[in-house]
Amino acid sequence: MNEVASRLPIIAGVLTMVVTLSALLIWLERRLLGFWQERYGPNRVGPFGLLQVVADMIKIFMKEDWVPPFADKAVFVIAPAVIIVTVLMSFAVVPFTPSIVVADLNVGLLFFLAMSSLSAYSVVLAGWASNNKYSLLGGLRASAQMLSYEVFMGLSLMGVVMLTGSFNLGDIVEAQRDLWFCIPQILGFIIFLIAGLAETKRIPFDIPEAEAELVAGFHTEYSGMKFGMFFVGEYLGIILISAMITVLFFGGWQGPWLPPAVWFWIKTFLFICLFILLRAALPRLRFDQLMTFGWKVMLPLALVNLAVTGALVLIGHPPK
Amino acid sequence: MTQSPIVDELRGRFGQDAFSVQPTRDGMPTVWTSKDQVGEMLRYLKNETTRPYKMLYDLTAIDERVRQVRQDQPSSEFTVVYHLLSFERNEDIRLKVPLEGTTPSLQTITEIWPAADWYEREAWDLFGISFDGHPHLRRILMPTTWQGHPLRKDHPARATEMGRFYLPEDKQEAEEAALKFHPEEWGMKRSRETSDFMFLNLGPAHTGTHGILRLILQLDDEEIVDVVPDIGYHHRGAEKMGERQTWHTFIPYTDRIDYLGGVMNELPYVLAVEKLADIRVSDRAQTIRIMMAEFFRLASHLVWYGTFAQDVGQLSPVFYMFTDRERIFHIVEAICGGRMHPEWFRIGGVAQDLPEGWDKLVRQFLDYLPSRLAEYDDMVMRNAIFKARTQGVGRYSTEEAIEWGVTGPGLRATGFEWDFRKQRPYSGYDQFEFDIPIAQHGDCYDRAVVRVEEMRQSLRIIEQCLNHMPDGPYKADHPLTTPPIKERTMHDIETLITHFLSVSWGPVIPAGEAFVGIEATKGNNGYYLVSDGTPWPYRVRIRTPSFPHMQMVPLISRGLLLADLLAILGSVDFVLADVDR
Repeated sequence: MNEVASRLPIIAGVLTMVVTLSALLIWLERRLLGFWQERYGPNRVGPFGLLQVVADMIKIFMKEDWVPPFADKAVFVIAPAVIIVTVLMSFAVVPFTPSIVVADLNVGLLFFLAMSSLSAYSVVLAGWASNNKYSLLGGLRASAQMLSYEVFMGLSLMGVVMLTGSFNLGDIVEAQRDLWFCIPQILGFIIFLIAGLAETKRIPFDIPEAEAELVAGFHTEYSGMKFGMFFVGEYLGIILISAMITVLFFGGWQGPWLPPAVWFWIKTFLFICLFILLRAALPRLRFDQLMTFGWKVMLPLALVNLAVTGALVLIGHPPK
Repeated sequence: MTQSPIVDELRGRFGQDAFSVQPTRDGMPTVWTSKDQVGEMLRYLKNETTRPYKMLYDLTAIDERVRQVRQDQPSSEFTVVYHLLSFERNEDIRLKVPLEGTTPSLQTITEIWPAADWYEREAWDLFGISFDGHPHLRRILMPTTWQGHPLRKDHPARATEMGRFYLPEDKQEAEEAALKFHPEEWGMKRSRETSDFMFLNLGPAHTGTHGILRLILQLDDEEIVDVVPDIGYHHRGAEKMGERQTWHTFIPYTDRIDYLGGVMNELPYVLAVEKLADIRVSDRAQTIRIMMAEFFRLASHLVWYGTFAQDVGQLSPVFYMFTDRERIFHIVEAICGGRMHPEWFRIGGVAQDLPEGWDKLVRQFLDYLPSRLAEYDDMVMRNAIFKARTQGVGRYSTEEAIEWGVTGPGLRATGFEWDFRKQRPYSGYDQFEFDIPIAQHGDCYDRAVVRVEEMRQSLRIIEQCLNHMPDGPYKADHPLTTPPIKERTMHDIETLITHFLSVSWGPVIPAGEAFVGIEATKGNNGYYLVSDGTPWPYRVRIRTPSFPHMQMVPLISRGLLLADLLAILGSVDFVLADVDR
C-alpha cells in the first residue's frame, strides 16, 4: 500500500505533464506548419498565440455532447476513451529518468506493444459504431493498416531486446551507455519510425481519416470532447512514439552535462518536430500501397534485421 | 466566302438537294439537313469520309420561334446544332436540324458518339427536345422536379416573372423524395454474386470535389464499380442571362463561368462579338489580352497544382502556390483594378491602357516564379509517393479522349500535340514563340506534367509580351466598340446621341452567327453567338471544356479505388461553374 502511495506523485506528475504537453503540441504543430507553409499559424491569443490552446479547450468543452441517433451508443462513447486510456497506460512504462518511471515492468516493451495494439480498436470501433459509410470505410482502412504495421513494428524492436537481453525499458536505456542503439540497430530504428507513423495515423499513413476522400474518416460523426479525445489521443501518440524512439534507440535520458530529464525531452522534442515536418512534406499513400509496403518490404527487412542481429549476438556471446 | 470542300463532298454523297448551306460570319460550313438524314450524315462524317470529323465538339439547340432575321435558313421552331471537329483537316462543320412542334423530337446519336449522352440530356432539359432511343433522357442541370424548359423563349428568366413561390409540406416531401438515389434507374444492380454493393454519396458538399458536385459511387469494398456524376448544383443559367444582357454587359458574367480563368473567359466572347461586328483589334490590345490571359492561365494552373497535391494528401504545396497566385493578382489588380474577375476586356479592345510601371511588376514576377516552379518539381512531381499515387491511374488513350470530347492538357497528356493557340492562332498568338508540351501515357501524372510545363511556356509568352509590347491604341476605332470612344463625341448633336445610345443601350451588333473557341485554362472554351440585329444576343451558347471532361470521369474511374477517384478528379482540373454554367 505504501509503495502505491509513494508512486502517486509520480503518476500525477507524469499524467499532468503528458496531457499538458499534448495540448501544447497542438499549438506547436500549428505554428510549425505555419512556419513551413509561409503563413503565421495561431498568433493572436496570448504571447505567440500560446493561449490558443486554452481557447480551443474552452470551445471544445462547451460544445454539445452529441451522439447521433443512428449510432451504436455504448460503443460510440467507449471508442474515444479507449485511445486515451491505452496511450496513457503506455506512458506508465516509459523511463523518463532513472528515477521517474511509473511502473518499472520487466515486460515493459511488451506492455507498450500490447497497448498500442489495443489502441487500434478505438479507431475500428469508432468507425463501426458511427454507422456512417465514411466512418465505416475509415474503420476498415484502420484495421487493414493495423494488420500491416503491427507485425513489423514488433519485429523491428526485437533486435534491441536481443542486444540488451531484457524487455525492461530501464535496462534498455542502461545498455546504451556506450553506444546508442540507433547505430547497430539503424535498420530497426527506420522500421520502427515508419511503424510509429502508421501507429499514430500521421501523414503519409493518415489513411483512416484521409480528409480528401473520407471527410474525416472514422471520426466524421464525432464532435465536442469526444472528438477532442481522438485529437488529444493522436498528439499523445506522437509524444509516446517519440519518447519510445528516444528510449529504444537514442539512449533515453543519457547525455553529458545536462540533467537526465532535460536530455530525455530534448531528444523526444526533436522527434516530435520530425513528425510534424513529415506532415508538412509528404503526400498520403493509398491503403493497398501501405499493405504492400508493409508485407513485401518492411516485414522482410525486419526479419533480416532480426536474423543478422541474432547471428551477431551469437558470434559475440556464444551460449555457454 | 469560299466553299469548303466538305460541302461538295456531302453533295456528292447525299445529292444536290439533300441540304442547304447557311452562310455564317465565322465562315464555318453550316449545313441544314433533316432529322431523318442527320444520323446518316453524322456517321458519314465520323467514320466514312477521308480525314474524318472525329470529335463531337458541341451539341446544342436554338429556340427560333421569335427570331426575326433568318435569311438563307429553312423554317424551324427549334434547331438542333451539331458541331463537329476534324483534327486532320483542322476544320469544323456545323450541322443544323430544323424541328417543329411544342415537343419536338429526333433520333439520338449516342450510338455514334457516347459523348452525346450529356449534351442531349442538356438539350432536353433546357429546350425540351426529346431524343428518341437515349438511354437516360433525364434532366441534367435543372432539378428533376423543375417545370418547363428554361432556355425556351417563353420561359421566364427571372423569379419575379414566375409568380409567387410556395413550399407546402407535400411539395417539400416530393422535392426530398426526388433527391433520393435509385440505382435501378441508372441500370445498376444492388449486389453481385457474393457481395452487396455500397452506394456512397460523395457531395454535393465534400472536401474532395472542389465545389458543389455530387458523385454517387457504387462500391464493392473500396473498389469503384460505377460512378454517376450528378451535376447542376452550380447552374446559374448563364446562357439565359446572356439573352437579357446587352452585348457589353454580359462580359462580367463570362468571368464567372470558369471562375479561376478570369479574363481568359472573356476572350472567346469578345472575339466572337468582334467577328459578328467585323471589328479589327489593334496589335497593342491583342498583346495586352494575350498577356493577361496567360497570367490567368498561370493563376488557374497554380490553383490546380496546389489542390491536386492536396487531393493526394500533400498539405503544404497549396499554400506556396496560393502565395504565388497572390503575386499574379497583385499585377492583375495594378493593371485591371479587379482580381479574380477583372471584367477587363471590351468589345474592340480592353478597358484601359496599361498603367505606368506595369513592366516593372511583370519583370519582377518573371524573375520570381521560375525558381519556385523548380522547387515545386522537387516537392511534388519528383516525390515518390506522389508518383505512386498518380502514375497509371485514370488513363485514357488519344482515341478515347477524342471520342469523349476532351481538349486541352487532358488531350495533350495522351501524346497528341494539339493546341488551339498553335493550330488556329487567334488574337495574334502566331506572333509568339512557345512550345506545346505533351506527355505520353494519359494518366493523372502526365496531365500534371503537361500543365506544369505549360506554366513555363506561359512565362515565355508573357516575357515576349513584356519585351515587345506594341504601341498604339488600346481599343479599335470602330463605332460598335464599348464603351464608345469619348473623343468621338461632343462634336455635334448626332455624335452625342450616338454616344448616348451606345452607352445606355449598348451597340447593335449586326445579325448573324459566329463561333470562336480558344485554348482556355482547362481546354477548349468557345462561344457560339446568334445575333438578331438587336442590342442583346439572341442566343449565347457557351461550350466549356469541363462539361465533357466531367462526363468522362466514370469511364476512367471504374475498377479503381476510392482514393484514386480523388486523384482523378484533381487531375482532370474542372471548375463546377464551368461544368454547369
